[in-house]
Amino acid sequence: MIKVIVGRLLQLIPVLVVILTLTFFMSKMVPGGPFSAERQATPEVIAKLNAYYGLDKPLWEQYLGYLSRVARLDFGPSYTYQSESVTEVIARAFPISLQIGTLAFCIALVIGVTAGVIAAVNKNKLWDYFPMSLSMLGICLPTFVLGPILALVFGLVLKLAPVSGWYGLNYVPFHPMILPAVTLGLFYAAYIARLTRGGMLDILSQDFIRTARAKGVPDHEIILKHALRGGLLPVVAFLGPALAGLISGSFVVEKVFNVPGLGQEFIKSVFNRDYPLILGTVAFFGVLIVVFNLLSDIIQTLLDPKSRK
Amino acid sequence: MALLEVENLRTYFYTRGGIIRAVDNVSFSLEQGETMGIVGESGSGKSVTCYSILGLIPRPPGKIVSGCARFGGMDLLSCPKEQLRRVQGKRISMIFQDPMTSLNPYMRVSDQLVEPLLVHEKMRRSQALAKAIVSLEEVGIQDAASRIDLYPHQFSGGMRQRVMIAMALISRPEILIADEPTTSLDVTVQAQILELIKKRQKDLGTAVIFITHDLGVVASFCNYVNVMYAGRIVESAPTDEIFARPMHPYNAALQQSIPALHKKGQPLFTIPGLPPDLTIDFRGCPFASRCAHAADICKEQNPALKQMVSGHKTACIRFQRGEIAEVGLRNVVSAV
Amino acid sequence: MATATASIEPAPIRAEELVQGTSLWKDAWFRLKKNHVALFGLYAFCVIALLCLVGPFFTGYTYEQTEISLKASAPMEPILSRTETRKTGEPRKSFIALSNLEDEFLDKPEADRKAIVAKIAHGELYQEGRNTYRLSNQRHFFGTDPLGRDLLTRVLVGGRISLAVGFAATLVSVCIGVLWGATAGFAGGKVDTLMMRFADILYALPFTVIVILLMVMFGRNFILLFVAIGAVEWLNMARIVRGQIISLKNQEFIEAAISLGLPSHQILFRHLIPNVMGSIIIYATLTVPNVMLLEAVLSFLGLGVQPPLSSWGVLIDEGSRTMETSIWLLVCPAMFFSLALFSLNFLGDGLRDALDPKSSKD
Repeated sequence: MIKVIVGRLLQLIPVLVVILTLTFFMSKMVPGGPFSAERQATPEVIAKLNAYYGLDKPLWEQYLGYLSRVARLDFGPSYTYQSESVTEVIARAFPISLQIGTLAFCIALVIGVTAGVIAAVNKNKLWDYFPMSLSMLGICLPTFVLGPILALVFGLVLKLAPVSGWYGLNYVPFHPMILPAVTLGLFYAAYIARLTRGGMLDILSQDFIRTARAKGVPDHEIILKHALRGGLLPVVAFLGPALAGLISGSFVVEKVFNVPGLGQEFIKSVFNRDYPLILGTVAFFGVLIVVFNLLSDIIQTLLDPKSRK
Repeated sequence: MALLEVENLRTYFYTRGGIIRAVDNVSFSLEQGETMGIVGESGSGKSVTCYSILGLIPRPPGKIVSGCARFGGMDLLSCPKEQLRRVQGKRISMIFQDPMTSLNPYMRVSDQLVEPLLVHEKMRRSQALAKAIVSLEEVGIQDAASRIDLYPHQFSGGMRQRVMIAMALISRPEILIADEPTTSLDVTVQAQILELIKKRQKDLGTAVIFITHDLGVVASFCNYVNVMYAGRIVESAPTDEIFARPMHPYNAALQQSIPALHKKGQPLFTIPGLPPDLTIDFRGCPFASRCAHAADICKEQNPALKQMVSGHKTACIRFQRGEIAEVGLRNVVSAV
Repeated sequence: MATATASIEPAPIRAEELVQGTSLWKDAWFRLKKNHVALFGLYAFCVIALLCLVGPFFTGYTYEQTEISLKASAPMEPILSRTETRKTGEPRKSFIALSNLEDEFLDKPEADRKAIVAKIAHGELYQEGRNTYRLSNQRHFFGTDPLGRDLLTRVLVGGRISLAVGFAATLVSVCIGVLWGATAGFAGGKVDTLMMRFADILYALPFTVIVILLMVMFGRNFILLFVAIGAVEWLNMARIVRGQIISLKNQEFIEAAISLGLPSHQILFRHLIPNVMGSIIIYATLTVPNVMLLEAVLSFLGLGVQPPLSSWGVLIDEGSRTMETSIWLLVCPAMFFSLALFSLNFLGDGLRDALDPKSSKD
């Protein structure tokens, strides 16, 4: 078991190197380079950047320099925030996105799995159609539609949550984290509900469930002990793409609710052509995703003994 | 007083293609310690009969339309769910055809073995585990203590079936229902498993209902045989009677089909026609369209099981009326 | 030598069983027709597509015609005409929304203004200087946006863009996906593993980020948009196609075809491809809504379709900015968008059930 984890961790390193190499070469490919005339970089900034990037040195030296800087978590200075380095920007913005993302993820899992299990157990009856219709609705109401609507209803009409700004000016009962997290979470809850239902139905139709019934195992134990482990496999496999989705979703949600998280910084950096920040953020996302996929793989092996070979 | 008495069991499946009369008026009784065989082709209703008794029929689309199954003073078909659950796995156990799909691949064998003890007898886990190890040894698995923590896919086919048997017998049930337990195993392993079931039965005094399509197995194992066709029992007798004096053309035809009994060079015998469409509620004997001895009356009247000689019942109307006295097997080597 | 079997008397066959064999497609269409939800999806989508295609010619407005006096009017709000007689030439006619009517009379005291507005709203003619105001029959079905453009027309025209991007990007992704998957499936071995590992890595990355990166690197233009989207959406298609090819490769009917001496191109085209076509159609239908979603997200963030072109995503973005005062600007495009997604998803699900009833369905 430990061997598997260590093995996968080692696999992480080449993937990371690939991601970093790609971002490095992309930064070289970007038209105009970091110092094109359109940049409003002051001479001090230019000098700083020259020093950092050693742009007069040969390419492979720059590449190695880049890798060693990254190993020290140094992505260079940001263009837009002249006093902050990219690393500092990420360190400032990421915890906010992390809070929202974690809450959204919990919402998605709890609602999604529960709905999916209920639907599977009540197949083709009311408690199947009802959650599944809601979930279809959730999938077709994207975050950028749902977000504004929720902001309207809960923010402006009911005045329960701050609509804009992370630090709401008026006292409101809902923490500013709630609406963005719910918006994000509901979409993935819908997806997870469908996956769970499919996985559970698949398991519940298998012979070994019949054996469990023949043994007199009570219904709730059949679902929780016998079926859930296999039934959740599709959901676990989805964890990696789910994180990817949460990251993209954060761009929308942070824009709609005006949250100063990493997603908003990334989008701003695209508009501002702040290449170090763009690439630093992308590299950061890449690392997150790789780590998350590793976690998903590990959980899958834990759940499915046949895959441990 | 019989251990289990099934009367007028009817289990139908309501599907879009029609109503499938899988079990159509089946009655039998099982005595303590007896081994009863149920023989028939696929679709004859033999498995559905036993699933109905043990409450394993999925409720839509299936429905137990009528009948009762008296066991231990209650009717298994109409008693409250909680009561039935306490019988399942404790007093009546079942083993299934394919041990690979019938064991939970996501749970260790130890967890699955101790489950009946934890659920029914509320034992502590350590105690149950000790019993589980013993039960594995009783079915002939070596190194039980170390192998019990493995997963089902880490056992071979024959061993998995042994695990199933151990699991079914761990609570010392009064009846064991075995649904084609050897069909998916190699021939050599088949014999071992049969021997094992026989042995455990003797040790524990359990009654066994053995479902199979293999007459050879029946011959070596069962006291008493029910032959089923199209959801009904068509003949019912002690084993030697079933073979020595078949009283139903279907029974005779089944035996005639056994390839090993044919002399070399003779074409193999097959029963002409197809098994009946169970959605049609036809009149008359379901076997009539394929029966070599069918007469007009066979297509009119719906025959019921009638006792002919002590312990030997048949549903062949021509036999009942005395029009036929025996259905011999032609051109075959002696069956015994 | 006479066989021992008696003459075979077939069991009674019902009339329905005596049909000729049906083709895969007829079978599938039959099954699809029985699936009411999927049929609804099909028809709804056709209606939407038709509306977007020809609708703009019939609304009576163009999507870029701005008229400040019509700004932000609600759906079906009364519109008034203002006819200005001129010294030379034809009188000039323009239109004002009821909600903006007060702005015409700002020089008057409030009470008077309201009285005049009430009069005109009741259908009376009002004349002031060279202008004559009167209730007109014109209406904007969905209202207008802050620049006075008819929302219905904008939604329909935006739909053209969204649908076009959807189909074009799906086409790109189908081509890439089928080629990739078929190659991997046919080749097998190391080539297969390598190709699929690559696809696996890509699958876990956020598509939005990749498309954004591509646009950062290569500039922002319309064609690039759907190439970029297509380039990230092919992964599922590749996986499906590869899986199909692999399972078909090993099936006995292929071995039979080979043993009958059929040439490989015939095997490929008459046996393998038709079986894969079904899956391709299903997943293409399911890819279109994903692509549309991706485009809409990008446009919402301001990175997608650029003005003067507009898509549903852009419209929703605009609508969300003014939703406190003119909620219809958000609701109408969102409705169309969601309905389109709904229909395609239902249709795709239905196709999946119809073409492959054995697939692990919901």
